[in-house]
Amino acid sequence: MLNIKCPYCGDRSQKEFAYGGDGTITRPKLNQEISDEEWDNFVYLRKSPRGKHIELWHHIAGCRQWFKVERDTTTHEIFRTFKPEEEF
Amino acid sequence: MSQNFRLNTGGLINRDKPIEFKFNGKKYIGYEGDTLASALLANGIHLIGRSFKYHRPRGFFGAGVDEPNAKMQVEINGCSEPNINATEIELVNGLSASSQNCWPSVNFDIGAINNFFNRFFPAGFYYKTFMWPKSFWYKVYEPFIRKAAGLGIASLEKDKERYEHKYEYCDLLVTGSGPAGLASAYAAAKNGAKVILAEDKPRYGGTLLTDDVTIDNLSGKDWSEKIISELIEMPNVIVKNRSQVFGYYDHNMMVMFERTGDHLEKKSKYTPRQRLWYIRAKEVLLSTGSIERPIVFGNNDTPGVFLSAAAKEYMKVYGVLIGKKPIIFTNNDSGYETAIEFKKNGVNPIVLDTREDQNSELINEAKDLNIKIKFSYAVIVAHGYKKVKSATIGKLNKEKIDFENTEQIDCDSICVSGFWTPTVHLASQSGNKLKFNDSIDAFVPDKSKQNEHSLGAANGTFTLQDTLKNSFNTGSEVSKNITKKDEKIQIPNTNERKYSAHDKFWCSPLPKGKHYKRFVDFQNDVAVSDIEVALREGYRSIEHVKRYTTLGMATDQGRTSNLNGLQLVANVEKKIVPQVGHTTFRPPFTPVTIGTIVGREIGKEYMPTRKTPMHHWHEKNNAVWVDAGAWKRPRYYKRGNENLFEASKREAKNVREHVGVCDVTTLGKIDIKGPDAAEFLNRVYTNAWLKLPVGKARYGVMLREDGIVMDDGTTTRISENHYHMTTTTAQAANVLSHLEYYLQIVWPELNVNVVSTTEQWAGAAIAGPKSRDLLAKLFSKIDVSNEALPFMGYVEGDLLGVKARIFRISFSGELAYEINVESDFGLFMWEKIIEIGEEFNIQPYGTEALSTLRIEMGHVAGPELDGRTIPYDVSLEGLVSKKKDFIGKRSLAKEAFNKADRQKIVGLVPLDRKSSIPEGSHLVENKNAKLPNPKLGHVSSSCWSVENNNPFSLAILKDGKNMIGKKLFAVSPLKNTSIEVEVMSSHYVDHEGKRVRS
Repeated sequence: MLNIKCPYCGDRSQKEFAYGGDGTITRPKLNQEISDEEWDNFVYLRKSPRGKHIELWHHIAGCRQWFKVERDTTTHEIFRTFKPEEEF
Repeated sequence: MSQNFRLNTGGLINRDKPIEFKFNGKKYIGYEGDTLASALLANGIHLIGRSFKYHRPRGFFGAGVDEPNAKMQVEINGCSEPNINATEIELVNGLSASSQNCWPSVNFDIGAINNFFNRFFPAGFYYKTFMWPKSFWYKVYEPFIRKAAGLGIASLEKDKERYEHKYEYCDLLVTGSGPAGLASAYAAAKNGAKVILAEDKPRYGGTLLTDDVTIDNLSGKDWSEKIISELIEMPNVIVKNRSQVFGYYDHNMMVMFERTGDHLEKKSKYTPRQRLWYIRAKEVLLSTGSIERPIVFGNNDTPGVFLSAAAKEYMKVYGVLIGKKPIIFTNNDSGYETAIEFKKNGVNPIVLDTREDQNSELINEAKDLNIKIKFSYAVIVAHGYKKVKSATIGKLNKEKIDFENTEQIDCDSICVSGFWTPTVHLASQSGNKLKFNDSIDAFVPDKSKQNEHSLGAANGTFTLQDTLKNSFNTGSEVSKNITKKDEKIQIPNTNERKYSAHDKFWCSPLPKGKHYKRFVDFQNDVAVSDIEVALREGYRSIEHVKRYTTLGMATDQGRTSNLNGLQLVANVEKKIVPQVGHTTFRPPFTPVTIGTIVGREIGKEYMPTRKTPMHHWHEKNNAVWVDAGAWKRPRYYKRGNENLFEASKREAKNVREHVGVCDVTTLGKIDIKGPDAAEFLNRVYTNAWLKLPVGKARYGVMLREDGIVMDDGTTTRISENHYHMTTTTAQAANVLSHLEYYLQIVWPELNVNVVSTTEQWAGAAIAGPKSRDLLAKLFSKIDVSNEALPFMGYVEGDLLGVKARIFRISFSGELAYEINVESDFGLFMWEKIIEIGEEFNIQPYGTEALSTLRIEMGHVAGPELDGRTIPYDVSLEGLVSKKKDFIGKRSLAKEAFNKADRQKIVGLVPLDRKSSIPEGSHLVENKNAKLPNPKLGHVSSSCWSVENNNPFSLAILKDGKNMIGKKLFAVSPLKNTSIEVEVMSSHYVDHEGKRVRS
């Protein structure tokens, strides 16, 4: 079980969090003209990298904030956690 | 027979407290402080079970977690449990144990015939034999194998015991209370660190209890007692015995299994039997010690063959002799310690040392005691079927691959010592890649992946002096980094005997023409020949050899067999052990009961139960419950002998004719506030929200980005920047997360806050033609006329002194209102509605009637919004704005979603107007068509229409738009029905929606 540092609350057990997928995906802007392919890439296509991965987590049983986690998908090492507005 | 093998003095048992127990139906006596194993050995019992595959007689081999054979069916307090390790369970009054894997008895086991045909049971026998014909597997082979193999019998009764979980956080977790554990825990505790020290056994001290050493002029045992008593007194230290740390998980999450109840003669009702600890440790110090390696020889599984350290432990801790005529078979000095202990207790052992003539402190001490020693000797084979009676021994030639001469000598036991294997299981589980240490012929931990250190024997350090020095220092260093305190500790003086080098001898060669079974893995009956077969058949990877032969796979996880197995593979393959590598160590280190893993989360405690404020009223009024997520909702209110069907019909009919009341507290409620709230809703919902006036509600549909309907519900504008959203009961949590995601991640520029208010408001829906009359009586001060409070209107009112929100919304399709009050007043509201509603024939209705009402009306719910439907499919395309963008809109333009024959919701009525259509039925054109019969759609919801008094269903049907009036078959292979149905509009009642506006 991972130990995740919520940037708002501090260290907490994984039990308090929900995984939210790839944290590098940006939603296309509203009313943007966009091809089928681009849209499908946004909706469906995700990489499953081995190694470093920036992902979203939701402190669902805590402060209910979404934030980002840089994690190694093979070792589960967490390099850092940060607020969504912070640069990555 | 009464404890003939118990020494007159010595041991750490309580001789003043005899304990009576049973083994295979016979009564025996042991002492308090015994394990089941030591008590049986004190009574001279060696034959305790049969082996897994060949049903060979088996006896004790170890004295703790190293024991591969002594798995027993044990009954304590009326609970029977299989596969209990007799060397680990403590003796208590009334304990009753029996042998496993033998029939009719351990003395005469029919399965032992396998032993005589053992050349027909080579490695992979089951794979090779039971492959064909395929159809035989379920009917013939599997039942046969299940009957013949297997260990104990799991109880079919409900476990009455109590199990608990505990969460703990600490700076340092120290696993094992031997010298390394005590020293490191002590040093860390002195620096003020929060320390947990876990010991698997009941007694602290590990090898200090059995080794002849002194620390600061105290015996090992006295020193360990001194340290432990100091540690127990310290407020920053938790000391736990009977506690096995069995799993090392990510981010230093350690899992520990504490035996809290089984050793107690009487325990209170609330004392758990076992407790599972989840420990998050900043640092883990692994002081797990080492396990003695066997030397492999012929018939080395005969009862009476022991690990030499186990024999010593039985004498020193339990005052028990495992034999009176022992052979000590060793390749290192450890065997001499056991020999000396025998000698001190009046027994004359013979030592067979595989090394050439040696000198060391220990050997000289043995010589001085006139212990008979034969150098360059090995045991070739043990004789005796149910107990060792003699052994053929031989003088090894120079290369140690053959014997110069052999002789047979009498003996009643053989104690083997093949040097020591560090217990690296936890280190390996942590991700530490092990490295091979040539000087001890074993793997030791390499670089840490997590915050862990291995200390003492677990790290391959076998002298007390080095162990204490390293452990004090590591404990000190590691804790200093956490607590910033540095208390200097004087490292104590030690006195221990020096060992000479061990011999790498691990397996006795077979004399020419002899085919003795030489076992590597006792628990799974894997012999040298089995591994050779696997290699001959081309298995190369050690992981494959393991699976093919089952080497090291059972509950003992190869604790005694692992390295010898690797050594054998290396020999055959002409490699060295590090090239062969090792198999993966996995948790649990020792078996854990399912009860402990489950803990208290069982039955109705499996998850929390959510109850509405009106729960007890429903209960008193014969509600029959249905689970809606964690909520309990009344499914119907039973009157007399009514069944579900009758009751729901009555309740639904009463709504259509008079008025009903339904507890809708469970609907998700989300409070939305902020200047951008309207804009946010406009993006979340498919329809337009910017122009919704204050005091009005609107029905909305929200999609996922892939265009699938996620949820529906009404949202009401309470004031300029304040909205009240409702969601379905099932989707409440998901919708909140969804909204938070878009506000925090996608559109952080929107100034909006959302919060769940589901539990803050109690809700009651009053529905039916008389609901306005009832509302007027409930809220005498406000105008509830159709003009003042029209459909989709909202007002706040005063319900007999309680502030209430009134929404004119309807799920039933009748004239209806939803009243919300603060939860504390929920029951008050409910009782007033029932009381005042009496004159209008009010009846409460449950979820079954609620479903009936909405199905007749063609209102969609969970079964239609099943994660596969877009708005068009459920006839909500009218709510999809063409002008604005919203979540998921772009997906709706996809080709598949716009095909002419796209599925659509329809209504179904059986042609006979009688047969209920099972939900989940498939719709087909021809019920007798050849399989696979093309499926046109499925029945999503079914009810008995109270309006038309016949069955009615909703279905999602291919090209549903153009199918109205067609006749199809609804077939359900599950219910074995096939009903001819007519397709019609999904709105079966009140097509124009007049009633809700009346």
